Amino acid sequence: MADKTSSNAYWAANIRVITISMVIWFACSFGLGILLRPALSGIHIGGADLGFWFAQNGAIYVFLVLIFAYAAKMNKLDKEHGVEE
Amino acid sequence: MDQFTLNLLVIGASFALYFGIAFWARASSTAEFYAAGQGVGPVVNGMATAADWMSAASFISMAGLIAFGGYNNSVFLMGWTGGYVLLALLLAPYLRKFGKFTVPEFVGDRFYSTSARMVAVVCLLVISITYVIGQMVGVGVTFARFLEVSTTTGLLIGSAVVFAYAVFGGMKGITYTQVAQYVVLIIAYTIPAVFISLQLTGNFLPQLGLIGSYAPSGGDVAFLDKLDQVVTELGFSAYTADTSNMLNMFLVTMSLMIGTAGLPHVIIRFFTVPKVSDARLSAGWALVFIALLYTVAPAVGSMARLNITTTFWPGAVTGTALSAPAVSLEAIQTNPELSWVNNWQKTGLLAYTDKNGDGLIQYFNEKKPVADANTALAAANKALSEAAADADKAPLEAKVAEAQAALDAALADPANGLVEGQSLTDMGLKGNELTTVNNDIMVLANPEIAKLPGWVIALVAAGGLAAALSTAAGLLLAISSAISHDLIKGALKPDISEKGELLAARIAMAFAIVLATWLGLDPPGFAAQVVALAFGLAAATIFPVLMMGIFSTKVTKEGAIAGMLVGLISTSVYIFLYLGWFFIPGTNMLPNTPAAHFFGISPAAFGPIGALLNFGVAYIVSSMTKAPPKDVQDLIQSIRVPKGAGAAQAH
Repeated sequence: MADKTSSNAYWAANIRVITISMVIWFACSFGLGILLRPALSGIHIGGADLGFWFAQNGAIYVFLVLIFAYAAKMNKLDKEHGVEE
Repeated sequence: MDQFTLNLLVIGASFALYFGIAFWARASSTAEFYAAGQGVGPVVNGMATAADWMSAASFISMAGLIAFGGYNNSVFLMGWTGGYVLLALLLAPYLRKFGKFTVPEFVGDRFYSTSARMVAVVCLLVISITYVIGQMVGVGVTFARFLEVSTTTGLLIGSAVVFAYAVFGGMKGITYTQVAQYVVLIIAYTIPAVFISLQLTGNFLPQLGLIGSYAPSGGDVAFLDKLDQVVTELGFSAYTADTSNMLNMFLVTMSLMIGTAGLPHVIIRFFTVPKVSDARLSAGWALVFIALLYTVAPAVGSMARLNITTTFWPGAVTGTALSAPAVSLEAIQTNPELSWVNNWQKTGLLAYTDKNGDGLIQYFNEKKPVADANTALAAANKALSEAAADADKAPLEAKVAEAQAALDAALADPANGLVEGQSLTDMGLKGNELTTVNNDIMVLANPEIAKLPGWVIALVAAGGLAAALSTAAGLLLAISSAISHDLIKGALKPDISEKGELLAARIAMAFAIVLATWLGLDPPGFAAQVVALAFGLAAATIFPVLMMGIFSTKVTKEGAIAGMLVGLISTSVYIFLYLGWFFIPGTNMLPNTPAAHFFGISPAAFGPIGALLNFGVAYIVSSMTKAPPKDVQDLIQSIRVPKGAGAAQAH
């Protein structure tokens, strides 16, 4: 049963990491790139307004960081809970 | 050496490379045929996934879509990359832990039902076959353009090439071929992009050029501001203009994202890595390689758009477009720097006519009344010219005269002019004279517009073919494994031998190539519509059923089957309502216009709604049926932890 409790705690921790990551995923693409673009049109990155830049380039950079950060965090969680391969 | 010989040499060399790799890495077992023996490292798999994913549409068409759609078409950039976050976080590691070969196999085991597996096979086949048609068309068009053969011949050559390496190589051969194809396509895409960015913005990196300043006029104006100014002056909407329908843009982006994560040919690539942690990392590497093209694409599109516009309005380089006369016919015929205009006119991707006979080609956007009047006049003229010799021509001639009068009135109305207070007639214009500018020209003609050497043009040809072939091969593998592994071994003939199954997989793939070629010769509707269906269906069927299979312990086989069917039927019916039943033109029951869409939701945006219906129905049906048995509960617990299956099932 100890194994089961540990894997439940592991799963809960995983869900927590996924939830935080999904919030960032949504915020950088749908949030900054689409929904908030009109409100943030005064802020510029170089020659583009913030929302435009996120929609055409910025969101992709955030996605990249997000996946590698998730992979690293999960490797750490795997070890902490003793479920690594 | 002429351009044609150079194209032949570069394309021939790239094919020789693919064949060599496929022969070296040919599959000798079903594990190698379906999943490359699960021995592909995360970086290599990431590169293969990127080639698998980036199709002819990404390589040839996307920059042009963005160039002319501007901010609105950012949906492709976010949608086709954001899906990898979903894959890495929600699907890939758990499906790799499951450790088998196909998507329907997971559905069948998790939902303890051969029926569920077969419904998944149907969804997979509909998605992959519709998608592969678009790729075969892309192969045919690319061959036709660069090897100067007919589209049909091009399609047949392409099929033969895929056949040669995919049928023998299986997943193992395809994986390493895709790595080579990725290298070819990314070099072909970025070289012209770097040069055009240097020319227009002085920035070596196209990503910085996009937000940099416009160099040819002295660098005091931002590149995007310059582009906006030039295109709005000519009556187009601004490149950075905001969307007119935020809800639709939101839903299309969501549909492309969850559709990406639900595409079977992408998911099966994650079955090839050795470990669960590699599956997570591999999704990240895939996105690195995809981002190399996707962050460059908006720069390529916007810069090529400005380049084409300034070619036709030389005054726009330093001042406003209308500050100097438009490009002259004489310059197009004699100036070697403009020879690309006639080169591409031959292919039909570009067309111009001097409507007002002033010896100049004026390129601008006709306002709707002028464009409508021009269309009406063309239709009236066509009716007149097609009338039978003995028919009474008087009413037809009257129609033409009436249409001509309507056009003259529209041209004389200052409200339809380009400059405040002046009508098109005042400016001596009779209409837009650059009558065709195909989206694809933004990438295909880019090296010539930027005056790059012939070998770069040949490389772009090889890159376009690499993009189309690599995606076609991945799709064909997904189709053949669903038939040989899920249909034949899983249901029809479970006692088939390993050797027999491998042979069945190869025959299924050969059959799939023949089917795809046949459909590609006579595609039902436009490639873009077909692709919209593929993404919508993947979003509404495969993605939800996999999510529920991993993240819920309560969803039952009845729930999963009902959910998939509701997603499949609702999404296809919504698309068919507007685009015609099975894409047959003229059978649509509602016009495909924003006004006729439910809540303004376009057919391409329906995927997330179908997914919600799938989730909802699955949960309701599951709450009314008997909970999944103990061994399925154990399976769910086992796929949730990376550690070996045996240990996880012990408790």
